[in-house]
Amino acid sequence: MPLASYALGMMEASVYAPEVFARGLPSTLQSSAVGIVPTGSIADAAVPLLSLQGIGLSFGGVVALADIDLSVLSGEIRAIIGPNGAGKSSLINVISGVYRPGRGHVQLDGISYTQVPTQRLAHLGVARTFQNLALFKGLSVLDNVASGLAYKVRSNFAGQVLGIGRSRGERRDSLSRADQILEFLDLTAVRDRLAGTLPYGLQKRVELARALVAEPRLLLLDEPMAGMTASEKSEMAGFVRAARDRFATTVVLIEHDVGVVMGLSDRIAVLDYGRKIADATPDEVRNDQRVIDAYLGVASDNEDGAGI
Amino acid sequence: MTAITDEFSSAPVLPKWIAPVLLLAFAYGVVPLIGSSYLFEAILLPFLALSLAGVGLNILTGYAGQVSLGSAAFMAAGAFAAYNFYLRVEGLPLIGSIVLAGIVAAAIGIVFGLPSLRLKGFYLAVSTLAAQFFVQWALTKFSWFSNDSASGVIDAPKLLISGFAFDGAVGRYLFALTVVSILTFLAYRLVSSQTGRNFIAIRDNETAARIIGIPVLKTKLLAFAISSFIIGVAGVIWAFAYLRTVEPDGFDLDRSFQILFIIIIGGLASIRGAFFGAALIVVFPLALSRLGGFLLGDVFDSGVLDMSQRIVLGALIILFLILEPDGLVALWDRVRRRLLFAWQST
Amino acid sequence: MIADFDYQFFIEVLVGGLLSGVMYSLVAIGFVLIYKTSGVLNFAQGALLLFAALTFVSLVERGVPFALALVATFAIMVAIGIAIERTVLRPLTNKPPITLFMATLGLSYIIEGAAQLIWGTQVHGLDLGIEDVPLEVGGVLISQFDIFAAVVAAGMVLLLSLFFRYTRIGLSFRAVADDQFAALAVGLRLPLIWATVWAAAGLVALVAGLLWGARLGVQFSLSLVVLKALPVLVLGGFDSILGAIVGGLLIGASEKLAEVYIGDYFGGGIESWFAYVVALVFLLIRPSGLFGQKLVERV
Repeated sequence: MPLASYALGMMEASVYAPEVFARGLPSTLQSSAVGIVPTGSIADAAVPLLSLQGIGLSFGGVVALADIDLSVLSGEIRAIIGPNGAGKSSLINVISGVYRPGRGHVQLDGISYTQVPTQRLAHLGVARTFQNLALFKGLSVLDNVASGLAYKVRSNFAGQVLGIGRSRGERRDSLSRADQILEFLDLTAVRDRLAGTLPYGLQKRVELARALVAEPRLLLLDEPMAGMTASEKSEMAGFVRAARDRFATTVVLIEHDVGVVMGLSDRIAVLDYGRKIADATPDEVRNDQRVIDAYLGVASDNEDGAGI
Repeated sequence: MTAITDEFSSAPVLPKWIAPVLLLAFAYGVVPLIGSSYLFEAILLPFLALSLAGVGLNILTGYAGQVSLGSAAFMAAGAFAAYNFYLRVEGLPLIGSIVLAGIVAAAIGIVFGLPSLRLKGFYLAVSTLAAQFFVQWALTKFSWFSNDSASGVIDAPKLLISGFAFDGAVGRYLFALTVVSILTFLAYRLVSSQTGRNFIAIRDNETAARIIGIPVLKTKLLAFAISSFIIGVAGVIWAFAYLRTVEPDGFDLDRSFQILFIIIIGGLASIRGAFFGAALIVVFPLALSRLGGFLLGDVFDSGVLDMSQRIVLGALIILFLILEPDGLVALWDRVRRRLLFAWQST
Repeated sequence: MIADFDYQFFIEVLVGGLLSGVMYSLVAIGFVLIYKTSGVLNFAQGALLLFAALTFVSLVERGVPFALALVATFAIMVAIGIAIERTVLRPLTNKPPITLFMATLGLSYIIEGAAQLIWGTQVHGLDLGIEDVPLEVGGVLISQFDIFAAVVAAGMVLLLSLFFRYTRIGLSFRAVADDQFAALAVGLRLPLIWATVWAAAGLVALVAGLLWGARLGVQFSLSLVVLKALPVLVLGGFDSILGAIVGGLLIGASEKLAEVYIGDYFGGGIESWFAYVVALVFLLIRPSGLFGQKLVERV
């Protein structure tokens, strides 16, 4: 994977927005959240931001997930890979509360849930993107991104209609933050277009922007590069990394394309038929015989079209 | 059915408030002087009432994506509530009765909107029929609502606002125009506010909306409440300013469909669209009747007219859905752009 | 109070309700057929029913023999069904379901208008040769016509299930209902299947139209029986024939019982909305209906 194509300009943005770092990240990470975290050192240091314990899920007798444990540390980019139907998306849906697992818990920031309350997800500092585009087609790109801040809105509809109270300030604030994110992800040129009219790759990026605008502590990306060309993929990988570096966001990422994931993530969990068959650093996963059998063997002749 | 959010986006060179202001100036300053009583009674008054109902339904269906087949019920609720408030509450001014009537309609809207919290699509559309049948039944069954008049007919009170009587066709026109203008302006502000964008978000992708933290349940009920409020006030205009005498049967399922057709033909998720659609719905039967009488003479009796109206209306709906899903508004904008372009290039 | 309870009368009301429920089911089945293959809630089903009954009656009144009129009407219904599929639904392929629904709403206006423009608006009596005298079965009075209707409806359901279970095209129908793309991929001829289904829906409309027409007289309000079928569909699920039958029976029975036993407390006339309330309350407990598929949200 040609990592050289990362937009290097994005990486220097880490001095931006000091308040990002004042949001109660584990103190051990405050210093190391900027830049690429050395994976070995945090693995045994910090309390995980997210951990799954014994997650099981089935649909009408078909087992989608069986006894999955997973821990995600603050500041890392954590990939979940696996062949089609391995249960990757189901796992993201469990973490974001869209599915209620049949067994097990999701522990977020020290609090344990049997089903994560979807409607409070944003308040918990969790944002996600979707495998199939889930933009609001009838809204402009700017409004799509600004909608990522809708959970914070306190003004009511009457105030908004009459333009009184805090509604004006809120609107100004969310627009300026949306604009910053658009600039960060190089989307300013399409700011006022209706989201539904953009090409596929850009829509994926707008979804990332909508998730990022709330500066979440945990960002769940469900196949952010599915259906992209190789150069779009590496561009997207660059954005994901830059987003982590700039906002100190922890990233959980599902991807089909092993090459992209190897270069991007700190640790990788591999799913196959709903079970976790490996969970280690990219190098270790690369050499794991079970992973090679289950997955990598097929990836070589599926490099570009994977995951469509 | 993609929504256009930048409402009132006029010609690129003009500020967007110019067109509505000019239109209002014309409607207030010129129309009352030149209009015939036929124009007011047969065209403008029903047009204004139905436009407002269309604006209300568009908020719910066009923006928030919740299909309702019970609009006429909320019109009826508004009309009968205003009548009773005005009749039974001593000293309550007309405006007060109208606002309270809107609130009653909104409350009924919330009750019948509750199923939307669990139901989607067709299931919800069918359940809004419950509102249609229940309200119509209640108004017919309990004569208290119509002050014990025969067959539930109510007569509108005089339109008095702080001592000024809106008499005659022109007076009632000005009254309706004022109410419709104010509510339309507020509706326009609403759909371009955060709440309006939340409506669209829920319509376009409910799961994503929930996950980014939009309060989906609250927002849906709010859409039902606001929409029903506006439709309820439209019912008051229909009863008090247009017909002056109404009965529950005038607010039947066909009326609900008529309002749905208005927003489909005019353009879903467009405030202007409701006015375009209402204009077409009001004018086309009159035009059809003239045309039919002219072409076919005596064969074109009222029965034939009624049937051919249904056929043409049905065909219009299908044609718009297939050829111009964004409605007359999109058609108008395109024509205007062409004209502007042609004008600029000469 | 309990001692006064007239069980025989209760059973009479119940049976009457169940039998009229069969009539609701009959209309609802027409919806289910279309919904399963095209995902369209065909609001025009009521208008089709009116058109069928009106055409049949008008032909018979003009001296066409009963059997010939039946065949001719069936042929016309099939032609209309195919025309609808070609001209309205096909251009709207891949549009949201609610758009398709609105299109069928427009369609119902066209068909109702056309039916009455062609055949006139007067009310026609329709005599199927079944006397509507009550039969006594085990001490309970049951309308002979209701029994006839129930038998016809049962035969109809049997016929349809045999068709869909044992014929090639019927099996294709089930494949399409399961997964349109997959069906297309393995080379099933969707247009043929759609045409067949619309023809079947036309047949159902004809049978339902004749039965309802014989009961109520053939007139405009016949198209309103669609409003009776909708709560049945909500209750039974839009995609289940079994649901349409059970839903129809439930709605028919509860409606009649409510009308007789609690209607007076509401001043009567509650049948216009009671079925909807039953369906709504039920839906709040089970959002996908009795037998409808529970959809897993895919995101």
